[in-house]
Amino acid sequence: MLAWSIYISFAGALVAALLPKGKPAAARWWALAVAVAGLAIAIADYATHMGAGREVIVDVPWVPSMGVHFLLAADGISRVLVLLTGIAAVAGVLFSWNVELRTNQFFAFYLALIGGVYGVFLSGDLFLLFVFYEIAIVPKYFLISIWGSTRREYAAMKLVLYSFVGSAMVLIGLLAAYTTAGSHSTTLAALAHAGLPVSFQMWCFPLVFVGFAILAGMWPFHTWAPTGHVAAPTAASMLLAGVVMKLGAYGCLRVGIGLFPHGLDPWGFSFIGLGSWRDVFAWLAVIGIVYGALVALVQTDFKFVIGYSSVSHMGFVLLGLMTLNQIGLDGAVLQMFSHGVIAGLLFAIVGRVVYDRTHTRQFSELEPMHLSRRLPFAAWAFVFAGVASMGLPGFSGFVAELQVLVGAWQANPWWTIVSGIGIIVGVAYIWRAMQKAFFADTLPSAHELESEHAHKFDPITWPEIAGVALLGISTLVVGLYPRILLDSIEPAVKALLAGGAQ
Amino acid sequence: MNELATGFPILTFLTVLPLAGAAIALFAGKHARGVALLTSLACLVVALVVWTLLPADGSIGLVELHPWAPSIGIDYHLGVDGLGALMLVLSAIVTLMSVDASHRVHHMPGLFYGLILILESGLFGSFTALNFFQWFLFWELSLIPAFFLIKLWGGQRRGPAATQFFIYTMAGSVALLLSFLAIFLATGSMDFVQLAAMAASGTLSRMVTAHLGAVMPWLAIGVLAGFAVKVPLVPFHTWLPAAYAEAPSPVTMLLTGGMSKMGVYGLLRIALPIFGVQIAAMRTPLLVLAVITVVMGAWAAAAQKDLKRVFAYSSVNHLGYCLLGIFALAVPVYGPAAQASQAAALNGVILQMFNHGITAAAIFWFIAMIQFRTGGLRGINDFGGLRKPAPVLAGLMGIVLFSSLGLPGLNSFVSEFLIFRGVFPLAWVAATVSILGLLVTAIVILTVIQKVFSGPVPEHWKNFPDLHHSERMALAPVIGLMFLVGLAPRLILDTINPTVVNLLAHWRF
Amino acid sequence: MNYAALFRATLPETALEIAALLVLVADLGFLRKAALEIRAAVAALIGVAGCAAAVWGVYAAGWAGFSAGSDQLLAAGGSAGVAQVAILVLTALTLLLLIDTDFTRNAGEYVAVVLMAAAGGLIISAAQDLLVIFTGLELLSLGLYILTAFAKKSEKSAEAALKYYLFGAMSAAFLLFGFSYLYGLSGYTSLPRVILGAYMASATGASPLLFIALVMIAAGLGFKIAAVPFHLWAPDTYEGAPAPAAAFIASVSKVASFALLLSISYAILWFPGMLHMAGHVTVKFSTSPAPVTPGFVTAWPLILMLLSVASMVFGNLAALAQSSVRRLLAYSAIAHAGYILLGLAFFSWSNLSAQAVLYYILTYGLTTIGAFGVVGVVERATGSDRLDAFLGLHKRSPVLAAVLLVLFLSLAGIPPLVGFWAKFNLFAAVLGVSAGPIPFALVALAIAFSAVSLYYYLQVLKRAYVMPANDESPIHAHPVTLAVLIAIAAAVLVLGCFPALLQSWIASFYPAM
Repeated sequence: MLAWSIYISFAGALVAALLPKGKPAAARWWALAVAVAGLAIAIADYATHMGAGREVIVDVPWVPSMGVHFLLAADGISRVLVLLTGIAAVAGVLFSWNVELRTNQFFAFYLALIGGVYGVFLSGDLFLLFVFYEIAIVPKYFLISIWGSTRREYAAMKLVLYSFVGSAMVLIGLLAAYTTAGSHSTTLAALAHAGLPVSFQMWCFPLVFVGFAILAGMWPFHTWAPTGHVAAPTAASMLLAGVVMKLGAYGCLRVGIGLFPHGLDPWGFSFIGLGSWRDVFAWLAVIGIVYGALVALVQTDFKFVIGYSSVSHMGFVLLGLMTLNQIGLDGAVLQMFSHGVIAGLLFAIVGRVVYDRTHTRQFSELEPMHLSRRLPFAAWAFVFAGVASMGLPGFSGFVAELQVLVGAWQANPWWTIVSGIGIIVGVAYIWRAMQKAFFADTLPSAHELESEHAHKFDPITWPEIAGVALLGISTLVVGLYPRILLDSIEPAVKALLAGGAQ
Repeated sequence: MNELATGFPILTFLTVLPLAGAAIALFAGKHARGVALLTSLACLVVALVVWTLLPADGSIGLVELHPWAPSIGIDYHLGVDGLGALMLVLSAIVTLMSVDASHRVHHMPGLFYGLILILESGLFGSFTALNFFQWFLFWELSLIPAFFLIKLWGGQRRGPAATQFFIYTMAGSVALLLSFLAIFLATGSMDFVQLAAMAASGTLSRMVTAHLGAVMPWLAIGVLAGFAVKVPLVPFHTWLPAAYAEAPSPVTMLLTGGMSKMGVYGLLRIALPIFGVQIAAMRTPLLVLAVITVVMGAWAAAAQKDLKRVFAYSSVNHLGYCLLGIFALAVPVYGPAAQASQAAALNGVILQMFNHGITAAAIFWFIAMIQFRTGGLRGINDFGGLRKPAPVLAGLMGIVLFSSLGLPGLNSFVSEFLIFRGVFPLAWVAATVSILGLLVTAIVILTVIQKVFSGPVPEHWKNFPDLHHSERMALAPVIGLMFLVGLAPRLILDTINPTVVNLLAHWRF
Repeated sequence: MNYAALFRATLPETALEIAALLVLVADLGFLRKAALEIRAAVAALIGVAGCAAAVWGVYAAGWAGFSAGSDQLLAAGGSAGVAQVAILVLTALTLLLLIDTDFTRNAGEYVAVVLMAAAGGLIISAAQDLLVIFTGLELLSLGLYILTAFAKKSEKSAEAALKYYLFGAMSAAFLLFGFSYLYGLSGYTSLPRVILGAYMASATGASPLLFIALVMIAAGLGFKIAAVPFHLWAPDTYEGAPAPAAAFIASVSKVASFALLLSISYAILWFPGMLHMAGHVTVKFSTSPAPVTPGFVTAWPLILMLLSVASMVFGNLAALAQSSVRRLLAYSAIAHAGYILLGLAFFSWSNLSAQAVLYYILTYGLTTIGAFGVVGVVERATGSDRLDAFLGLHKRSPVLAAVLLVLFLSLAGIPPLVGFWAKFNLFAAVLGVSAGPIPFALVALAIAFSAVSLYYYLQVLKRAYVMPANDESPIHAHPVTLAVLIAIAAAVLVLGCFPALLQSWIASFYPAM
């Protein structure tokens, strides 16, 4: 059943592309219907398979000469991420309701991207995964460069080239692994059992890991993320931060750690205190956490704050992966979900609810607008999302980041200690952004009040409310009852760790 | 325990109830006030039901325990004993008073009452949580609405006041969080009951030392700092006068009546059981700080010209007695006499929390009424002779002020007496110096009474309107309660004494 | 000599020549007064029919080929068969693109030349003899020179044709020079015997001479496939030639030339391959310390490797700087030739490598024809092939824009389009032959440069989709052209989604292993 989420997304993209021009409403409703159908499939599957093990959904030979299978399979990790994709997809459509320019093309690219993302999360074959991974790259380019804002063409090109360089690294590693394994199957399961030599894993792992981690926003390969996020139209930045960055992290986990577990073994020597790739990447993740937070603290553009916060939060995912223990990996997967939802919400508020009305994102220009009074919905939705992003208990981020920190502590206490700075700074930058954008202290003069009255913002529309509600409820439900996801994630992580130990 | 207690998750219900009310109030527009009144009334009823359902032996009852995030050993764990239940009742009363006092909020009333109710939920949650994670959730949950209530409805300098409030409390929270993370990493548990048991048997200290080295005192300091900000303990108090003064009076009522108790409660529920040994080791410096809090609070109050600031510092002073009692009893004692002193001090502390909550909230309520009648004036020298035009106002406020002063027959007398009764044998120097605070407080309050209510009536206050009927009706139960507790303290003491005995039996210093 | 067998073996070529004559007769004899459009349509249709007949001929000829005595002159089946069918299909497609053009008034002559050149392509795909190879090559090349010059009114066309002709003549001389050395060293013209003789010669110390011969041959063939440093003609020719002719040059001539390279590579491996199959020695190409390959065999891959690296690097980097889409396609063709050469440099006697190379060149040819088709239409509408001519194409002609999107993404190697599988197969084949550090590094280089290539392909797509249009008047294409382009795009997509289709079709030409 889950496979249909992929099929309907691509079919939906095709239909959207063929819809007649000049009827944006049709394209919108169509895209919403497709996205909701995907979400419904994801939810139905999740509800019926909660805590279930790995299940093969489709398995047909695809390129028999090379042993490539069209193999779709789902375990707890995949299901959680598919669920995230479904949620993000629906929310993205809702927040794109006001796209008037080339609406049908917009949703065609949008749905193609969604289809690719579903595909990556469900692929059980290495090359199928790669194919879907690349499919997701191109629509991003057009979404950003056509419908984006600030320096959109530059940002789009930068993003695509970064992604493509990353995927080139991955492809090199995958081809090497395929030929080295000498097996006639490219399924992940077969390759994991092929017994790749340790020395091979040692150099192939960093290649593949970095290739994927570029898309996950690992410092210092993160620079595409803030510019890309800022330039992208709202739905695209929601998807970028919400699910596309997760593709990278998922690849790191499923392919990097899943296929090359020995790549994380100690080198046998130590260089400036780093004794293995694990140390290297964990420290890069920690640097990303702190760096992203600190840079977010000094931005003058509202959206850049959120863009850098994504770098910081994705650092937790990567750090969680490098803990290589149950808690840390649980946390990493949960953080993928959590950040997907929360970042989506933040971008939606900044990009759609605020920017589309104020047409500026500079704090200096937002401050005198008194948005807390003029756009109370935006202000309070941002407070909600910001609090969730700070990692306050009761929201999904807390459980996720806590698990990552605990896992990291077990692996190397210093990782936890340094990352703690990132959390504290995280509170500060969200709080600063909230103050500056919505709750600035200056009191409006009578003249300003008058002009404000004359220039009323457009009223909040129902899709915005629905989108905020969807994302808000998601983070709240997971935050209040994390077992709803953890029960599925834990067995899957356990199986993955057991597989890696062989 | 009866049927209701075992089957029905009444504590969860109590916590969710104001949230539901908040959700309705947000969209109720003009009717938000009605919704809030009904909700807080219902909460009071439920809180009283909880009070009646407590186990007789003073242990923790009405427990709800469900696995929540098993991978990191976090459970959903709720329960109350006499201490918690009394705080629930107090929070419910203070919220009701605050909602009642808010009838002049016209700017975004839905949001205002919604935030008040969310704050109430935070109070309930933090007084019932038995797991750090969950407790922290509510601790923070109460902070956010408080911030916005100050920020959006406060006075002229609300912005800096709210910011200062937020940053101080947040810094305290971070200290708390870090300490508990360390404990969690060492022990794998966040459960207060488990941790207290481990502390009592000494395993906690051993495990922490084994994992992290000799950091136990530092963890204790971190936790104490978190609570000290909230109570507040000098020198962590500087956020308080600005926040209390700038917040709208109904919010100040909640801040002083409810939120400051979260700090004291935290000391009793969390700090003493888990860090008893460490606190006992630091007892002397802590006592010094407590005494400074008592004395300095009173002196500072005497120096203020703004009624709200006067009573803000007076609050510092009154909560200082609680801190004095708590730190004084944190010492290993031998023999029944000393144990009795300990028990008296603890009884006094708990009762003082309740009394101060009621009294301070009532004082700020009166200030709100005066402000309303004078167009926002609240300088101590702005008035004079008000008892002539407004005898009922003067009379009732006098009662409340005397309660604050500790006049026998009124509620605060009992608790302050019990505290000093307990502290003298345990730490006579501290008690003696603190007496100074009592005296200064008396001077402060008498000065206020004299300047506001006595003397010649200025021309423009000749027609100062007295309390009208509905205000009298609203105030009557509160003042009645003050007399009731003052005259028949056993109503409360009989229920909390078993808890006190139970707590002292489990604590290890 | 068995003329019946020769006729059987050359059925496809014969069919093409007959079709060429028919075109001339029909055009010059019956349609002198008819409108250009009709003449072009009739000529193209006859040409397509001829191609269809020739495809039938390929199958009807069986897999026997043609031998004179014990020496094979023309091969059949296997790589030759695949290449021949591909040449015919691609030729037919380029002919269909003619229908909507106006660069010449002599449509019949154009079609006839195309068909004859295609016949030359068929011959070199199958040739196993030095003389036959050279004859076929000249037949093909002369046709191409004429086609390049066909737009008589265009100065560019004439200039390009002259350049092409001069470079071509020189490279033919190089090739002939190399061939003559080989003949002198071995005493034979049949490829397997030439190679065998070369082994003998290298064993007796004639390696330097042999090496010179190989370099000469590489230069001659490198010119055909436009490998750096023999690529100089390509950008000018691609830019100057009429669009259908450019498409023909970029696709058919490439397929034929690579088919020839495959024949040579097979021949080189034939001898050690026989020994290997018989279990006498183990042969592999690698730089590992135990090479078992006879001396000169390593020289050929080395030459190809150098050409490959130079082409990949230079082609991709030069393409970045182009502002003409045709020149961009020319440099990208150079880059693609570089990738394919990698597959030839690490060649295996199992059919793995050959099939991967054929897969690549077939799909590349198909895609390029489509790309030139789009360029041709845009050029006619705007009078320019500059990048900016594509501004706002998605508005002016959504279908063309969509076709361009599919084709260019396929060229960049984005899955699930066929260009991805082509690269993927090829690189997997390279690593399958040898997994040493050098092939690995080269594959890494190739993949890295295909990431670079995305940049310039996106430059075109960016104008088509992203940037605002100067002129929003719609562009109309002839329905046949449109149908051809859509069919090509659909094929690129479908073959990409089901990569096994084309693979199994190619494999069907090879006897089961």
